[in-house]
Amino acid sequence: MTGDEACAEGALAAGCKFFGGYPITPATEIAEHIAKRLPQVGGVFIQMEDEIAAMASVLGASWAGVKSMTATSGPGFSLMLENIGLGICTETPCVVVNVQRAGPSTGLPTLGAQSDMMQARWGSHGHYEIIALSPSSPQEIFYQTITAFNLSEMYRLPVLIMTDEIIGHMSERVVIPEASEIQLFNRIKPEEKSMPYWPYIPGADGVSPMAVAGEGYRFHITGLTHDEKGYPVMSAEAHVHMVERITEKIKRNISHIIDTEGYYLEDAEIVVVSYGVSSRTSLSAVYEARSMGIKAGLLRLKTVWPFPEAILRTLASRVKGFVTVEINLGQIHLEVQRCVGGNVPTFFVGHAGGTIIPPEHVLSVLKDAF
Amino acid sequence: MSIQSDQSDQQTHPLDDLLRKDRIPHIWCPGCGIGTAFSACLYAIKSSKLDLDHVSMVSGIGCSGRGAGYINLDSFHTTHGRAIPFATGLKLANPDLTVVVFSGDGDLFAIGGNHFIHAARRNMDLTVICVNNLNYGMTGGQVAATTPHLAKTTTTPAGNPETPFNLPLLAYASGATYVARWTILHTRDLTESIGEAIQKKGFSFIEVLAPCPVNYGRRNKLKPLDVLRIYQEKSIIKHFASPSELHLDLEKGITLGKFVDQDKPTWLDMYYKTTRKKS
Repeated sequence: MTGDEACAEGALAAGCKFFGGYPITPATEIAEHIAKRLPQVGGVFIQMEDEIAAMASVLGASWAGVKSMTATSGPGFSLMLENIGLGICTETPCVVVNVQRAGPSTGLPTLGAQSDMMQARWGSHGHYEIIALSPSSPQEIFYQTITAFNLSEMYRLPVLIMTDEIIGHMSERVVIPEASEIQLFNRIKPEEKSMPYWPYIPGADGVSPMAVAGEGYRFHITGLTHDEKGYPVMSAEAHVHMVERITEKIKRNISHIIDTEGYYLEDAEIVVVSYGVSSRTSLSAVYEARSMGIKAGLLRLKTVWPFPEAILRTLASRVKGFVTVEINLGQIHLEVQRCVGGNVPTFFVGHAGGTIIPPEHVLSVLKDAF
Repeated sequence: MSIQSDQSDQQTHPLDDLLRKDRIPHIWCPGCGIGTAFSACLYAIKSSKLDLDHVSMVSGIGCSGRGAGYINLDSFHTTHGRAIPFATGLKLANPDLTVVVFSGDGDLFAIGGNHFIHAARRNMDLTVICVNNLNYGMTGGQVAATTPHLAKTTTTPAGNPETPFNLPLLAYASGATYVARWTILHTRDLTESIGEAIQKKGFSFIEVLAPCPVNYGRRNKLKPLDVLRIYQEKSIIKHFASPSELHLDLEKGITLGKFVDQDKPTWLDMYYKTTRKKS
């Protein structure tokens, strides 16, 4: 099955019961597949009038107590960022898939890119932390969609899956395990009859238990700066407190959130840092380099945000250099440079989008770097 | 007679259980009509006999958008213009909820206009109450999609060159099953109408005309009492008047009443019907 279909199946396996969508290439197949499948499991699919409405409906559904999601691509992601911000501020679990295509603007609708990575990190206004995953195969997007739901339910925030057209439209074998083999996490509910209930009193891990509409708690939430009762408070102190709380809940759990995969990192002298489809072509280049006696390794980012800063810093203390590979003109590369801090050379392989990065381009940098 | 008992009498209000008293005082200006529209809404909800634990209010942004913050129910203060799609998700994910959208004209009909017409077209089972004060009050009195032609606002200092929406016509044309218009002077009719709209299955819309003396009235020579006098003297109640005849004209007259009350299957009725049929 394709990556897009595997994403929809992963959502169903995670217990998703609401999808608010809007057609856009190359993410449409996720909506099409789940539109057929959701009624079979008692869920609801609705095609909204635009991506702004789609994202708003996903938040509403989450506050009614169901796992909800949407999927889009660049132009739609730009529109969704408004309500992704509301989701971050009101701490609303949900999943947003961005099947990236080449931009800016309408760009290349049918051709892939990885150029929304910084938009995913900072695209909604204000300061916040976000979680973004990056799958490199249809099988992986199946599992990462489940992971995305688990993380969103665990940390109460929208979780992004930053995939791309190439993974989305690629057909590969996907194994769907038995439900009993899939671990699911559901949001922590307030203790029964703990009245009055305030939606933003943090629990031990920094995450607040979440009530939903219709349970009798009579809570209020707002996108305004608010206190732990959920009530608006227009002061700098309240704002600093709120933003610190919603960023700290991610930062303090960073080791649980971040997932990476290493190839030959034990003795690597030069490390390729890549994610998504580009990590596949990068791995091919690393294998080739090894066969030529070059001590190359690959750090594959399964989680791109929060950025695995500690891992990069540790590697930077013992390797001779880094090569970032991504389909843009240097976005995650900036993060790699930041973490390396000028201690060793950093190289970049990428282009503005429309096709994969050929392994030969990566290999030639690995060969010529030292 | 003790002074103390007088005080405690004063401290109770018939809507206390529906108000977040710890959030009072509210932000609405003296002479503003939103509070009256809001209390009509609360009375209607209270007398609806609904299980209030299953009633939610959703608001957008603006003066009226603060409504959700004062009601002691599950309540959601969302982004500018997006109350209706948020409410759509809430309703579809839990159809047992009664969902009331309480917001203003700028929020629902300019930035949120697209969402309004589509929710009406789908016959989404929501009740939308629009407090129409003819301008953007929260930001200091800018022109809205409802501002009368030639009216002065901070962004139309020479007079509004545009033509405003006829909101009941827009709601009717988009497919709403219940459409009414009242003013805050007609509180009894308004309260009854909101009650009907909440009970009505499908997309219900009520426009509530309300003065904004500080931002609209001041620039258009309309003192708070003048506006109420217009509401009293220039309004006629004409149920089931043709929606095309409902253009607002404060000088010539305002038609109030219930204009549409029809039965149609809701979005969810049709979704179940189409997706659950045997193939």
